[in-house]
Amino acid sequence: MPLVLIIAFPLLGWLLNGLLGGYLPRRMVGVVGSAAVGFSFLIALNAVQQPERAEPWVVPLYTWIAAGDFVVRAGLLLDRLSSTMILVVTGVGFLIHVYSIGYMAEDPAAPRYFSYLNLFVASMLLLVLGDSLLVLFVGWELVGLCSYLLIGFWFERDRAASAGRKAFVVNRIGDAGFLLGMILLAVTAGTLDIGRIGERAASIAPPALTAITLLLFIGATGKSAQLPLYTWLPDAMEGPTPVSALIHAATMVTAGVYMIARLHPLFMRAELTQMVVAAVGAATAFFAATIALVQWDLKRVLAYSTISQLGYMFLAMGVAAMPAGMFHLTTHAFFKALLFLAAGSVMHAMHGAIDMRRLGGLGRPLRFTMWSFLIGALALAGVPPFAGFFSKDLILEQAFLRADGGAVLLLWMAGVLTSLVTAVYITRAAIMTFAPPSAHHVAPHEAPPSMWWPMAALAVLSIGGGALGAQSAGRPMVQGLQEFFGLTAHEGAAAPLWLALLTPAVALLGIAVGYFAYRGRRQINLGRVGTFLELEWYLEPLYDRVIAGNAKRVGRVLATTVELRVIDGAVNGIGLAAVRAGASLRRLQTGYVRNYAAAILAGTVLLIGWWLLR
Amino acid sequence: MSVPIPYYLALSALLFTMGVVGVLVRRNALVIFMSIELMLNSVNLTFVAFARQFGTVEGQVTVFFVMVIAAVEVVVGLSIIIAIFRTRDTMDIDDVDLLRG
Repeated sequence: MPLVLIIAFPLLGWLLNGLLGGYLPRRMVGVVGSAAVGFSFLIALNAVQQPERAEPWVVPLYTWIAAGDFVVRAGLLLDRLSSTMILVVTGVGFLIHVYSIGYMAEDPAAPRYFSYLNLFVASMLLLVLGDSLLVLFVGWELVGLCSYLLIGFWFERDRAASAGRKAFVVNRIGDAGFLLGMILLAVTAGTLDIGRIGERAASIAPPALTAITLLLFIGATGKSAQLPLYTWLPDAMEGPTPVSALIHAATMVTAGVYMIARLHPLFMRAELTQMVVAAVGAATAFFAATIALVQWDLKRVLAYSTISQLGYMFLAMGVAAMPAGMFHLTTHAFFKALLFLAAGSVMHAMHGAIDMRRLGGLGRPLRFTMWSFLIGALALAGVPPFAGFFSKDLILEQAFLRADGGAVLLLWMAGVLTSLVTAVYITRAAIMTFAPPSAHHVAPHEAPPSMWWPMAALAVLSIGGGALGAQSAGRPMVQGLQEFFGLTAHEGAAAPLWLALLTPAVALLGIAVGYFAYRGRRQINLGRVGTFLELEWYLEPLYDRVIAGNAKRVGRVLATTVELRVIDGAVNGIGLAAVRAGASLRRLQTGYVRNYAAAILAGTVLLIGWWLLR
Repeated sequence: MSVPIPYYLALSALLFTMGVVGVLVRRNALVIFMSIELMLNSVNLTFVAFARQFGTVEGQVTVFFVMVIAAVEVVVGLSIIIAIFRTRDTMDIDDVDLLRG
């Protein structure tokens, strides 16, 4: 089966819903959108399991750019890494599409919603399957566009529109880094072909390699919401909740992690960059987790949690534990999508209310949603045997082994501490939302079947997903990726037993702390620490005043002075000069025949005179 | 006994100048038109004078061309003048200044 079909189906769904969605019955729109992604998932399953296919499987499409020695071929590349990703994207994507049928049933703009969502899946698949960095970049930009469109889906709300804009602008900063890195790579290595980058990586001078990887990493921090470009993700929660689940938790935000994994031949050779990636990842993980402690908006808790978990993945990338990072990416896609869908179910039941101070007591009416949320929460906290435990544990174990007592040990400690904070904040969120007493007078109703069965499927994956990388299950996914990345497993230097016991113990400790601190939906005043966290470690005022404020000021000067006076002045001046010149020249046109005759005479005399006297 | 060439040229120049001055100073369209004819014919005179002087035929042929074209030009010119007179009821060329900028 042609691999292109996997992208073609969502594209078809995009066109169908985008052009004809308004004429289809409301129910059909969702079915078309879901079916498009469902077919993609089936093709992905089929493609991954074909035993006779070559490894890696390259599907050349056409030559995009041919300029002398520099050639860019557009094509698709399916290997173990992209196989993992397409299964996650289409699988989780399909479940979230189905969920959206119920979630968006009341919204008149559902055709637009589903067409954007389909376009997103197609773009994400292009990003994942692109066999050239430039094709990957096209997908990278397209998912950014879809993210913008879907964050601002309810654009009549000012907050949603400006959140979309913010996401776009912040991503642009990262993309500038990505572009520069890509250009530098094209200049030094002479190719953007992913297959060939690996071959030529060794011949790139180390300083250039460091510069390339650092620039590309800036792009990753933008797309994956890491320090310092994380600010757009919490605001992105203005979009519909399934969008938050699909784009801003499970798939798009992991693009940065995927890109580093994709270019591992470059990143593994750049020692300095690896340290930066690991440090930024660990710092972001801890930073975002602490902020999640003081958020009142349930979705924002999950958003900061996503930033934090992405930090873990970058930590893994930085300590050359790519398989562990990809494993965590997969399990995180399961349990974070589940958490978001449960939050969406709460919102659906509570008519859009999401402030946890006005929730509470939802455990009884929303029994199913509560259990889904709790499964997701346990997986996030890292309690065995839920999926998140295995992946997070693997990352921390690899970081510890890599540190070997060195400075990386600090990063490992940050990771363990984050694990504690994670357990506390997710316990707090669960108690505030579901535990009595309730702080509202709504009679909530449980979600329709189209919403709960995707949640059930994700709940099963959140419980069982750990088997992909569990020691006892033979680590099918991690083992495969280990070979792919050319890494030798740290089997010999096995982690000490106390380390394996530490992470679940920390998670349980965090849950206990969270339970005793917040039981009975107590609202704790953290005092100055609370303010410090609410202001995002004073980064928010810093960004707001210093960067955004000054940027706005510069923009205002540019708009009022430079634009109005200099540019408009120049344009108007040229026009005015032409008008004035014309006005003075028009006086020559008297309309009297004799003046024209005199001019002809004078001209003739002058010509003859010149001819005679020369 | 033939008239020497300078006499012809002097007469021709005089006629041409009268034509030019007529075009420039008169306001009646018909008179201006006649002045133009005067200029054309002064040039014709020059042509035949030189043709006789050098004993060649080209000058005389050119004169025939000029005469034919002048006749055509008269037709066009007069019809324009009549059209102007019909629409504006005037012969005064200074009243026709639609091309003024």
